[in-house]
Amino acid sequence: MSATIDYLLHLADNAVVLGQRDAEWCGHGPILEEDLALANVSLDLIGQARLLYQRAAELKGDGTTEDQLAYFRDSQAFRNYTLLELPHHGALVGYAVADRDYATTIVRNFLYSALMVHVWDALQTSADSELAGIAAKSLKEATYHLHHSRDWLLRMGDGTDESHARAQAAVNHLLPYTEEFWTVSPAETAAVEAGVGVDVRTLRAAWDALVNDALAEATLTRPQVRGYVPQGKVGLHSEHLGFLLAEMQSLARAHPDGCW
Amino acid sequence: MTTATLEQVWVALEGLTDPEIPVVTLRELGILRDVRSGPDGLVEVVITPTYSGCPAMGQIEDDVRATLESSGIAARVITQLSPAWTTDWMSDVAKEKLRAYGIAPPHQTKPDVSVVRFMRRPAAEPVACPQCGSTHTVVSSQFGSTACKALYKCLDCQEPFDYFKPY
Repeated sequence: MSATIDYLLHLADNAVVLGQRDAEWCGHGPILEEDLALANVSLDLIGQARLLYQRAAELKGDGTTEDQLAYFRDSQAFRNYTLLELPHHGALVGYAVADRDYATTIVRNFLYSALMVHVWDALQTSADSELAGIAAKSLKEATYHLHHSRDWLLRMGDGTDESHARAQAAVNHLLPYTEEFWTVSPAETAAVEAGVGVDVRTLRAAWDALVNDALAEATLTRPQVRGYVPQGKVGLHSEHLGFLLAEMQSLARAHPDGCW
Repeated sequence: MTTATLEQVWVALEGLTDPEIPVVTLRELGILRDVRSGPDGLVEVVITPTYSGCPAMGQIEDDVRATLESSGIAARVITQLSPAWTTDWMSDVAKEKLRAYGIAPPHQTKPDVSVVRFMRRPAAEPVACPQCGSTHTVVSSQFGSTACKALYKCLDCQEPFDYFKPY
């Protein structure tokens, strides 16, 4: 039971953190259509997070609510990939002159949705029937997110010198963080043993094929990756998550008994 | 609980429409899945969410409850995720109503294609303009005014329009 809860929290934290990041574009999109697109992607992700938190709360069975799981846990308790909490720019994005670099946003959404189409596809047969139901819905949404981010990756990579350089810088910056996908956490191992989760290592070849194909079509180069492997999914986060949560959780913590 | 009574519940809920697309009913959209007799004899109304984050779902559940209450029907509303909602459940009548309302109805989904389908985007089926019927249309954005719609433009009559995405 606790293996299932930990695994659900990993999936939910991924969705809520990226949902929060993507929502930061609301009202700031580079064009109106992309403003709407990112808000829609964010809405899907937050919807997925809600379903997953609701299921985790139900399994905990101690009166915990979805809001408590999202708004009243601190960064060490979050089990999301470090990739998803990073700001929309990075130290290595040499061409980013503004606070937010759209190439960084798009590349992150691409790398994550390219993983999640495979994760959700596999979880449709999870031993937890509720999770299987959530996976079937989320797969449809992740497919649209993948199409959206892949289209923009091609447009930027195979676009102007400026857009190509920014897309390449974003790939160079973010790809090393994806190593975390393939280093299995204790929670994932327990969930796989319980028949609830999927062994992500079995999805690596399919993810690689998707990523390599898109990068090649976008005329981008896949950088060699080695070195430190982030460990967000065991609770060791970058400094960015604390700031993200401070903003996301402030309203709920200011009004702890508030309801809609 | 007799069959006739369940039929009355269906009738009571028949007029309920989608909060954002008021020309189609919840039943026609496939959101209202079932009306049945629960294990304790209480009527159960089963609804299913469309997109995970669809903000209309809360309103839909409220509308169902309010309608049951005002009709004097004691019932339990159950939200069921599985099987996942699909636009394929939309009736032909509903699709025609969407078209008349100015929203291009969804194509059939293609569920049996393997994960390889993600490799390259499949050739898009032409979407007919709900105003003039021309298939000479382009997508402006895969994400439109609501989670379930994409934004298109007709290159013949120049009209922008919503396309209800296959899901």
